[in-house]
Amino acid sequence: MKVAVLKGGRSLERGVSLRSGARVEDALGRLGHEVLPLEADGDLVKRLIAAEPDVAFIAMHGMGGEDGTTQELLEILGIPFTGPGVAACARCIDKVMAKHELRSAAIPTPDWFAFNETAFRELGAAEALGGLEDRLGFPLVVKPSRGGSALGVKFAENWFDVPEALISAFSYDDRVLLERFVDGRELAVSVLGGEPLPIVEAIPNSGDSYDFEARYEIGRTSFVCPAELGTEEAGAVTATALAAYEALGCSGFSRVDLILGTDGPQVLEVNAIPGLTDTSLLPQAAEAAGLSFEQLVERILDLALTPANA
Amino acid sequence: MPIRHTIRMPEPPHRRRAHARSSDLERYAGLFAERTQVMRSSAMRDLMAVTARPDVISLAGGLPDTSTFPPKAFAAQMTRIAQESAAEALQYGPTEGFGETVDCIVEVMGAEGMLPDPEDVIVTTGGQQAIDLICKALVNPGDAVICEAPTYPGAIPVFCSYEAETIQIECDGEGMRINELEAALQRLDQEGRRPKFVYSVPTFQNPAGVTMSLERRRRLVELARVRELLVVEDNPYGLLRFGGEPLPPLYQLDGGDFVIYIGTFSKILSPGIRLGWAVTPPPVMEKVVLGKQAADLCTSTLTQYFVREYFAEGSWRQYIESLIEIYRGRRDAMVAALERYFPTQATWTEPDGGLFIWATLPSYIDTGDLLAKALREKVAFVPGQAAYVDGRGRNSMRLNFSAGGEDEIREGIRRIGKTIAEQVELYSALTGEDAAASAPPKPPESSEAENVVPFRKTGEGAA
Repeated sequence: MKVAVLKGGRSLERGVSLRSGARVEDALGRLGHEVLPLEADGDLVKRLIAAEPDVAFIAMHGMGGEDGTTQELLEILGIPFTGPGVAACARCIDKVMAKHELRSAAIPTPDWFAFNETAFRELGAAEALGGLEDRLGFPLVVKPSRGGSALGVKFAENWFDVPEALISAFSYDDRVLLERFVDGRELAVSVLGGEPLPIVEAIPNSGDSYDFEARYEIGRTSFVCPAELGTEEAGAVTATALAAYEALGCSGFSRVDLILGTDGPQVLEVNAIPGLTDTSLLPQAAEAAGLSFEQLVERILDLALTPANA
Repeated sequence: MPIRHTIRMPEPPHRRRAHARSSDLERYAGLFAERTQVMRSSAMRDLMAVTARPDVISLAGGLPDTSTFPPKAFAAQMTRIAQESAAEALQYGPTEGFGETVDCIVEVMGAEGMLPDPEDVIVTTGGQQAIDLICKALVNPGDAVICEAPTYPGAIPVFCSYEAETIQIECDGEGMRINELEAALQRLDQEGRRPKFVYSVPTFQNPAGVTMSLERRRRLVELARVRELLVVEDNPYGLLRFGGEPLPPLYQLDGGDFVIYIGTFSKILSPGIRLGWAVTPPPVMEKVVLGKQAADLCTSTLTQYFVREYFAEGSWRQYIESLIEIYRGRRDAMVAALERYFPTQATWTEPDGGLFIWATLPSYIDTGDLLAKALREKVAFVPGQAAYVDGRGRNSMRLNFSAGGEDEIREGIRRIGKTIAEQVELYSALTGEDAAASAPPKPPESSEAENVVPFRKTGEGAA
C-alpha cells in the first residue's frame, strides 16, 4: 500500500511531529508499505495529487495538522486519513470548546473561565478577574485554549501571578482559560478504535509538573503502564476517558489526559493526534496491551481504511 | 544555534535500526551515565526547530557573515593545497596542531597585543572544544565554576556535562561585577571550597554585548594572582571592534600565569573550518593534550592547511576590516530599529563590537513565551533564559546582528517590537497600569537590577 506520512508543518510542535513522523515511516517500511514522507509545506497538496497515495498517515501535532485543517484538505482530495475527522479535531484542539462539550455530556472536567484578548482589550474584562478567587480558588492554572505539550501553561499561586500568566498564555493563542487546579495523579488513556488501552501514569522525576521538557526528554519523567490503580478506580478512569472520546466525536485513535484527585477522575484535555515519539504515551500504552509499534501503526491504518470499525 | 542539515544518503541495504520501544528505552535509561541527568538541551529546542524555517527572520543565530569571503581566493587556496600537499593535508596531524597553524595563531593574538609562547598553544576543534577540554582537565562533579550572568549559552551545557556547580556573577555595563565575584569567593571560602576557574568573555560578551572595563580587568587579574585562581578568557570577538578604544585582553595583563586563553578563527575567518585554540600554562597543557587525544586525536589537518594558505597571502587583517564595516552598519541598523520599535520600558546594550545585543523587557514578559508569539510574526530571537543556569533572564533576549542584512534586521526588530507592544498593552489592560506609549522614558528600575545587564553605558560605581 502506498502510504503518505504527513509531518512537520508550521506549528510549535513541529519538532515533535518530525520525530513522530520518522518513527511511523520506519514502522511502515518494515511492514512492507511504500512510504511517501511528506513535509507539510506549500507544496503539500500538489504532491499529494501527484502521488495518489492510498492513505495518508497524519503525524502532525498542533495547529494546522491536529485542528482539522489538514483533515479537511484530505477529505476534499478524497484521500483516507488516520485519526479523528475534521469536527473532532476542531473540538479537541480548542480546550475551551472541548470543556463545554464535556460539561454538556456530564463528563467531569475542572471548573474554568475562558477569556479572549478582545475581552481584556476592549471590554474591560480585567474587572471580572476579581471574582476568580471565589469561583476557582488558588492556585489556578492558566492555559492557552489552543496549544499542546504544556507550552504556555502557567500556575498562578495567587492573585499577583495572574496578569503575568495571562500574558504568557496569550502568547500562544488569543483565547485562554483559567482552570481550577486539581491536585492528583496525572493519567493518560489512549483509545484505539473505540477500545481503551491500559492507563499510563506520568510521574515527573524532578517533582515539577509534567512540562514540555519532561514530556519529550528521555529520563525526565517516569511512566508507569499500566498505572497502579484499584479495579474500581481504573474502571472509573477508563469509563470517563471513553465517554470523553465519544463526546468529542473522536475516531481512529486519540489520547485522553485526566487528573485523578480525591473527587475521582476529571478530564483535562483530549489530544486528537497524540505523539508517537519514543517517549510518547500512546505507543507505551499499546505496548502494555501487547501491541508492537508496527502493530499499532498497522491497526491505525486499518481504522483509517475501514472507518465503520473506528 | 547550530544549523541542522539532513543528509539523504542513497538507500542503504538496511535502514536505520528500528526506533526503540519503550521497554528498550527503559533499558537505555538504566545505562545512561548520571551526568546525562544534568545535561541540558536548550529548553526551547523544539521552538527553535521552527526558527530554522526559511520564511522566518532569525535574529537567534550567532552566525558570522561568510558571504563576502571571495570564492575565487578560496578556490585558489584549496587548489594549491591539493596540488602541493594533498598527501599531508589528507593525513592525521599532531594532537597539538601544526607549528604553522600556531604561527598564525601567534600572529592573530599579536594583533591584540599578546605574545604567547608557541609551546603553550594547542589547536582545537573550534573554541567550543577548548572549553570542553579545559573542563575535562579541571572539573570534578560538584566542583564550582564561576561565570558571568548572563553567560555564553554554549558554555552552560559543557559545565553541566562535567557536573560542575555553576555560579553566575551579575554583569553590568562594565562587565562582570568584581565586588560580587569577591563576595562569591568568600562564600566559597567559608564552605572550604575553591572554584576551579572563572570563565569570562570580557570583550563584546556573548550574549550581553558588554565589555569589561580596564579597571575591572586589572582587578580580576590581580584577584586571580592573589588567590591563585584560574581565569578562562574566551575571546572570539576581540578583533571585531567597530568603536571605542581596544582594551588589553586579560591574558596580556596577566602574562599567562593564571589566565587560560581561548581563541577561534570562527569569527575572523570561518566557523565552518572548526578551528580554535587554547593557550594554557604548561602543566595544564599536558592534561589538555591528553584529553584532546582521547577526544579526537587531532584537529582537522585539511582546515589547518587552509588557514596556513590563507595567512600566507597576508590579507587577513583587511578581511576583518571588511567584516567590521559590515557589522558596524548592521549594529547601527539594529540600534536604530530598537529605538524606533521597542517600547520605552525596554533597555538594551549598545556594543562596540561583536555580534550581539541583549535587550531586557518589562519583568512580566517571559521571552520564552514571547518567542512563540514572535514566530507567528515570522521572527526569532534567543530567550534570555538560555544564558542562565538558574531560570533568570526570563525577560531578556539575545539579538544577533551579524547574520542578516540591514533591511532584514530592521524588519525583524519591527516585528518583535510589535509583539512586545501588544503584550505591554495587554498588561496595562489587565492591571490598569499606564501603557507604554504614554509613559516617559524610564530610568532603569533598580528592583530589576538583579535580572538585568544594564543597557547603554552606565557609569555605575559598583565595580
